Amino acid sequence: MSKENKLELYRMMLLIRLFEEALEEMFSRGLLHGTMHLSIGQEATATGACLALEKKDLITSTHRGHGHCLAKGADPYKMFAELLGREDGYCRGRGGSMHIADLSNGNLGANGIVAGSLTISVGAALSLKMQKIENIVLCFFGDGAVNEGSFHEALNLASLWDLPVLFVCENNQYGMSMASENAVAGGSITQRAESYGIKSVSIDGNDVEEVYETVSKCKEKIKSSGKPMFIESVTYRYRGHSKSDRNLYRTSDEINFWKEEKDPLKRFIGKLTEEKVEIDELKKVEVEVKNLIRESVKKALESPESPKTNLEEDSYA
Amino acid sequence: MPEMTTGQAIKEALSLCLDSNDTTFIAGEDIGVYGGAFGVTDGLLEKYGHERIKDTPISEDVIAGLAVGAAITGSKPIVEMQFSDFIVNAMDPIVNQAAKLHFMYGGAVNVPMIVRGASGAGTGAAAQHSQSLESWFCHVPGLKVVTPSNPQNAFDLLLASFVDPNPVIFMEHKLIYKLKSEVNLGPMPSDSSELGKSKVIQEGNDITVVSYSNMVNSVISAAKEDSLTDYSIEIIDLLTLAPMDSESVINSVEKTKRLLVCQEAPASSSVGSTLISEVVTSRAFKALNQSPELLAGLHSPMPSAKHLETTVIPQEEDIVQKIKEMIENEQ
Repeated sequence: MSKENKLELYRMMLLIRLFEEALEEMFSRGLLHGTMHLSIGQEATATGACLALEKKDLITSTHRGHGHCLAKGADPYKMFAELLGREDGYCRGRGGSMHIADLSNGNLGANGIVAGSLTISVGAALSLKMQKIENIVLCFFGDGAVNEGSFHEALNLASLWDLPVLFVCENNQYGMSMASENAVAGGSITQRAESYGIKSVSIDGNDVEEVYETVSKCKEKIKSSGKPMFIESVTYRYRGHSKSDRNLYRTSDEINFWKEEKDPLKRFIGKLTEEKVEIDELKKVEVEVKNLIRESVKKALESPESPKTNLEEDSYA
Repeated sequence: MPEMTTGQAIKEALSLCLDSNDTTFIAGEDIGVYGGAFGVTDGLLEKYGHERIKDTPISEDVIAGLAVGAAITGSKPIVEMQFSDFIVNAMDPIVNQAAKLHFMYGGAVNVPMIVRGASGAGTGAAAQHSQSLESWFCHVPGLKVVTPSNPQNAFDLLLASFVDPNPVIFMEHKLIYKLKSEVNLGPMPSDSSELGKSKVIQEGNDITVVSYSNMVNSVISAAKEDSLTDYSIEIIDLLTLAPMDSESVINSVEKTKRLLVCQEAPASSSVGSTLISEVVTSRAFKALNQSPELLAGLHSPMPSAKHLETTVIPQEEDIVQKIKEMIENEQ
C-alpha cells in the first residue's frame, strides 16, 4: 500500500473520530435534538471497508452509521446539517443521525432497524446482477443483527441466488447491553455464514490495513465468482449504545483496555511512525481535518432550518 | 373483448409489466413451476424464464426486503405473499422500510414496488389463511393500498400500481380469482391517476352503500333482491383504500342522506370506521337523516366450518336486511 493510501486511511479514521467528538460536544451544548449512536473506537472498520470500495459499489449502513457515511464519501457539512435539522442536510432534517443516505456516493442509507438492511442489500445486489452492473453491495450490520430472522433469510437467499453481497458484521461485542457471547448460540458468527455456504473470515476490525486488504480481496473474489462473502470484523465501541447508556453491563477496565491497547487510530499512528512517516505529515492531516470539521459545523449552524411544510405530501413520491 | 377470470386478468397485467420494463421481476413462493397457489402466475415461468420469475424459499421477510432493495436501485419488482396473512412475517420491510425510505431519506429515493397478496375468507381456510388485513397498511404513511373486486378493475389497477412510484399493497380477495367477465386489455397507462379513485357501480337516491374488495360483489347481488326493487340504491366501490376517495362518498351521501358501509374485516380501526368518521365530520353530516351503519365481520378469528365462516362474514341477506331497515326506518 502506498504512503498516500495510508495517509488517506489515517485521514478518514481521524475525520470520523473528530466528527463524532464534535457531535458529542454539540449534544452537550443542547444543540442536537434526539439521540445518536457513536462509533468512536470502531473507525478502522468503516474506513478500511469503504476505502477498499469503488464509488459505484453500494453500501447499506446501520444506526451506528456516521463512519460508514463519511468513509463512503459524504460531505461532513451536509451530515452536520442533517443532525441539526437543516434544509441542506442529506435528508432535509427528516432522517437525522440514524437515517442518512447519500446515493451520489453509493450509500443506500443507514437503517434504524437492527438487521433491517440485510434483506435490502440482497435486493440491491439482485438489481446489480440483473442489470449486469459489475459492482458489489457491502452490507454493514452489528453482532446484534445475527440473531434476527432476516439475517438468516438474507444470507440464505444471497447464497442460493449467487448475489454480489459482502456481508460485514461489525462485532463490537454488545447489542446495546447484551454481550454477544450471551446472545450467539454456538458462539461463532462466521460459522453461521459458513452454514449457508458463504465463505467467511474473522478479522481484527481495529486494524485498518487488515480491514482494507480483506475487503479488497473479498470484493475481487465476489466479482469473479459472483458469490456472496462474509467478514466478521471484531471491534469495540467506547461510548454507550446511545446517549442514555450508563454502561452498567461492562467494566471501565474493559473499556480502558480497548482504549489503551487496541485503539485503531493510536495503533495506526504507531505503525506509520515506525514506517518513518514524518510527524509533520500526520500533523498536517490533523490540522486539515480539524479545519474541515470546524468550518462544516459553523456553516451548518448558520444554514436555514428545514421548513415545516409538505410533510404529508413528502410521504409519497 | 376476451372473457377471462380475475386470476387470468392479473396474469395479463403482470405480463404487460414484464414486457414493458426489463428490470421487472416477480418473486414469491411457488410462483414458478407450481404457477402460484391460486394459479395467477401459471405459465409466466415458461414465457419469461427463471431470471425474472423467481421462486423463493418460504421467507416472506426477505421476499419483501429484496423488493425494497431492488426498488431503490432502479428495478421495478413485484412480489407475492402467497396468503396475505403471511405478510406479518414481512412487516419490517414493508412498514419500516418501503413506506419510510422516500420520506426518511429526504426524497433521495423512491420505492416503486408492488406486494400482491391473496386475502379474505370464504374458502374454509380458517384463522391464519383468511384475514382481511388491509386497514393495517392504510394506517402507514407512505403506502398505497389497492383492493380490486373484479377482472377488469384488477387488470387496470395492477397496471396503475405498476406505474406508481410508491410501494403498493395489492390485496386480491381469493373469491374474486374465479369471477369471470369480459376484460378490455388496455395498454400500460402513462400515470397512476386511477389510484385513489372510487367508482359508482350503480346510481341511486335512497341510500349510499359503500364497499370494497369481494364484498362489493355481495352488495351488487343484494341490491338485485326482489325485496329491494322499490329502492334506489347507490353503490360505490372504493377500489383504492389508501389514499381513500372519501370525497366521492361525501358527495353521494349529500344526495342520498343515508350511508351503509359493508366490509369483511372486523369493524375496529377499520376502513369502514375511518370512512364513516370522515363522512360525519364533513359537510355531509347535515344531510344525513340517520346514523351511518357499518356492516362488518365479527370481531373473531375466522373459523373453518362453513356455517361459522358465514356467520362471521356479512352475507347478502344481511346486507338486504340492513338496507331495508335503514330506508324504512325513515319512511
